[in-house]
Amino acid sequence: MISRAERSPLANWWWTVDRWLLASVLMLMVLGLVLTMAGSPPVAERLGLSTFHFVHRQVLYLIPTLAVLFLVSFLTPRQVRRSALIIYVISMALIFAALLFGHEVKGARRWIFGIQPSEFLKPAFVILIAWAFAEGGTRRDVPGNLIALLLLPMTIIPLMLQPDFGQTLLVSLVWAALFFMAGLHWFWVIGIGGAGISGGLLAYKFVPHVRARVLKFLDPGTGGGIVDTFQVDTALDSFLSGGWFGKGPGEGTVKRILPDAHTDFIFAVTGEEFGIAACLFIVSIFAFIVLRGLLLSANNEDPFCRFAAAGLTMLFGIQSAINMAVNLHLMPAKGMTLPFISYGGSSLISLALAIGFLIAVLRKRPRSTIFLEQDGKVLA
Amino acid sequence: MKQTTDSLQDPNEQDLWTAGHTEGYADTDALRTAQASQAYASQAYTSHPDAFRADGMFMAQGPAAGPATHMPEGPGPYETSSDDIFSPRRRFLSLLALKERLKPFFGTKIAKSSGRAKLIAVGFLCLYGVIAVRLVYFALHPEAPQELRRGDQVAAARPDLLDRNGEVLATDVKVMSVFAEPRRIIDKDEAVELLTAVLPDVDAADLRKRLGTRRGFIWVKRAITPKQREEVHHLGLPGVGFLAENKRVYPNGPLAAHVLGYANLDGAGISGLEKYIDGQGLADLSGAGFKLTQQDLKPIVTSLDLKATYAVRDELAKGIAHYKAKAGAACIIDVNTGEVVAMASLPDYDPNTPADALDPNHINRLSVGVYEMGSTFKAISIAMALDAGKVNLNSHVDARDSLRYGRFTIHDFHATHRILSVPEVFTHSSNIGTARMALMVGVEGHKAFLRKMGQLNRLVTELPESAEPLVPKNWGELNTITISFGQGLNVAPLQAMMAVGALVNGGIMMKPTFLKRSVEEAQRNAPRVVKPETSEAMRYLMRLNAEIGSARLADIKGYYIGGKTGTADKIVHGHYAKDKVFTTFMAIMPSDKPKYLFLTLMDEPQGLPETGGYRTAAWNAGSVTARIIERVGPLLGIPPRLDLPTQPFPLLAKLGYGYANVPQTRGGPVH
Repeated sequence: MISRAERSPLANWWWTVDRWLLASVLMLMVLGLVLTMAGSPPVAERLGLSTFHFVHRQVLYLIPTLAVLFLVSFLTPRQVRRSALIIYVISMALIFAALLFGHEVKGARRWIFGIQPSEFLKPAFVILIAWAFAEGGTRRDVPGNLIALLLLPMTIIPLMLQPDFGQTLLVSLVWAALFFMAGLHWFWVIGIGGAGISGGLLAYKFVPHVRARVLKFLDPGTGGGIVDTFQVDTALDSFLSGGWFGKGPGEGTVKRILPDAHTDFIFAVTGEEFGIAACLFIVSIFAFIVLRGLLLSANNEDPFCRFAAAGLTMLFGIQSAINMAVNLHLMPAKGMTLPFISYGGSSLISLALAIGFLIAVLRKRPRSTIFLEQDGKVLA
Repeated sequence: MKQTTDSLQDPNEQDLWTAGHTEGYADTDALRTAQASQAYASQAYTSHPDAFRADGMFMAQGPAAGPATHMPEGPGPYETSSDDIFSPRRRFLSLLALKERLKPFFGTKIAKSSGRAKLIAVGFLCLYGVIAVRLVYFALHPEAPQELRRGDQVAAARPDLLDRNGEVLATDVKVMSVFAEPRRIIDKDEAVELLTAVLPDVDAADLRKRLGTRRGFIWVKRAITPKQREEVHHLGLPGVGFLAENKRVYPNGPLAAHVLGYANLDGAGISGLEKYIDGQGLADLSGAGFKLTQQDLKPIVTSLDLKATYAVRDELAKGIAHYKAKAGAACIIDVNTGEVVAMASLPDYDPNTPADALDPNHINRLSVGVYEMGSTFKAISIAMALDAGKVNLNSHVDARDSLRYGRFTIHDFHATHRILSVPEVFTHSSNIGTARMALMVGVEGHKAFLRKMGQLNRLVTELPESAEPLVPKNWGELNTITISFGQGLNVAPLQAMMAVGALVNGGIMMKPTFLKRSVEEAQRNAPRVVKPETSEAMRYLMRLNAEIGSARLADIKGYYIGGKTGTADKIVHGHYAKDKVFTTFMAIMPSDKPKYLFLTLMDEPQGLPETGGYRTAAWNAGSVTARIIERVGPLLGIPPRLDLPTQPFPLLAKLGYGYANVPQTRGGPVH
């Protein structure tokens, strides 16, 4: 079926996709299933559901996830751009609908029709930004940078209204990194970065509120005896009680009191039951995906594909890094899932979308196709 | 126009070209305009409203039309619009030239993107590196910040502790506790004022400070009375509420306090059996968030007998007062199961006010204190010599002269200056005779036997509090000599009881336990340490000692008691002080088939006129033991026997020691 001689679409796909990337992502999905088995039963019991409720649901979600990942990876860059635009418009509409009609969950209006549209907004946004920078960089007639500049507030203001600061942060970081990649002058990089750092230092020095927040993160005991760090402390306990090789599957006890053990804090559960060695393995898979994605993007000749691949990879990488850093108390708690490992349907499918886009734009294509496509874009 | 399109035909090529000569293509007309307009655009939205509108128009068109469709006419409107704006402002061209110089600052260069992507990759590598380092740090520092918390939680339910007959020793009662939610309190000062008015023992300053935090939950006061609850309720403060909690109560006050230990306000066991049951998984369960109720928890049946414990403590307290001792302790164990039936150590404390337990004077002297047990240790030494076959009951040892070892001389307290039989060594409590017997076994044999009897290692029971024995580092012959009569080795009294219990129960080592168990359970893993004959010989010797020796005062009629006294001089400033003694008395009941072993010890009892000024063990510890036996015997279901057993020591009779029950010569004075 998959032969080099006969170029069926499937064979074509198989010989052009990056199979390393695909394999690592599939491995993450399998790991996610195993770890959901470890992390979710206590939560399910707490909610009065059957023990493996979340595991069953995760398996069910994996079917559309794989379908989305597979189908999206077939798209050509142009189809990627078009579908991203459509998805962007639809999710924007849904976000506004959620703001107006959605009901509050944990103090935020993020959900509508059982999905979280901001999850789907992220990859679409990254594709649009990538397109804007690529066009802005190659063509003098398209004010790509300006489009990119305007897309950011357009996207994050609704997110801040929800409010969802985790996603806002993520989107802004990817945006800034893409801007940097687009060749922003070092003057601005250093200038804005320096201004940010010195502003932060000044705020720390002169604004008591900021100082209190920072001190509270560094040492929860200060700030008038405020000790409200149950989640992260419990997460730390998980790692400590696990040691190098963990207590063994199902043997964890700290996970029973860990809130969100199946979603945001599944990394801590991994640490308790499978040990720090397993955590390091997971970190290395994420690092592999991100580094491979970025290096492939650096070597890609099509500017759009280069930006899109880098942006999608960064989206994935920053999300994973933030989640793990929160678990390890390296940064304050943000509601962010561990890609493909945490439980959650919206999150899984949106990640499949992002990785599908990534695989699609990283497909090996003959140079002529790139040029032809560019020609087509200009001439047709 | 055509030229523009051409040059844009191959953006990739142009890209490479731009990388080399950025300024190069400014000489073609169309491009110049495009570039100028872009330079203009980059400053336009800050300076010129018209230009902003031009860009804005384009913007509106751009994404909506889709990237692929609007391209052909792209440069068209752009060029015209910029021309429209431009023509009247040519005088600013010199200014624009300056702007073009600054252009690299404001524009972006796509040629850099490859390198920058690699730079970002390096950044990610560092990020994941930090995460990995943090993980490894956790693995290498397992004791790292176990932070202070688990503060504000509702006290967990604990299982009842019962005595062996089902009487309650410790139980949970439901109490109400007041809590506040600082975030929901409107007027903190008013809340503090009203709450402290109703609950006067709440510290106002502290409460105000805690209410000032942004925490979701704080305790105001744990375990309030129903009346206080009513009053707080009527304050009608928003953000103040009640939670039902479990409070641990010990209905018998100080009885068996050292055994039970206590649990704190959060329902965590702090000492004694309370801590032990936490260690058996209770703490893990409640820590893991299982909501346990009293009904879920099976009560824990201890080995204690509440009535006997009361009697023991009562008699001990009277004895301590009477003999003006500093402290004392008494204990009864079942020699066949190792169960501790009663235990008291005075001074003690009431576990309902657990702060008192921290007083170092309130330690459990039976398991936490280690002492030189004095002559009661002679039982162990003689049993060792008998068991090793070095002597038998008919053997004689020379006690005519003091035993010299180097510059030390060992005396007898009441020297007989003659050759003593083995029973006489025991009844006269002869240091010389015991030392000679220990020397027959030798230093290594002595050490091995004491190790077998559990005297050289920490005694591990259910009670978490225990002490390591003080064993001499370089154990030579002199140590064997002194340890044989109970000086020079400090052990916990309960440990000594374990050894004596094994000597009299037929030779089986029973580890003391505070939980009820049957004889079968106890014997399952119990090793034999001495022969049954040796055990019977020890019972005979102790019985003999109660008939004619130093234990006469404890020979309660009808219980066929056997006993051994022990008086050790206390060490004060590194020397044995003659006027400060530590006295012990061990008794078995009944001697023919022992069930219970009694121990009473007294710290610095004083001589009284009625004792002839003697402060030796028989007078104080011995007589207290006698009172205890008298009172406890019926409580433990052992009625006094009217006639003594006819054949109390059948094994010895078989071996030809027919003189059992027939006192030889009356021993020395009662010491």
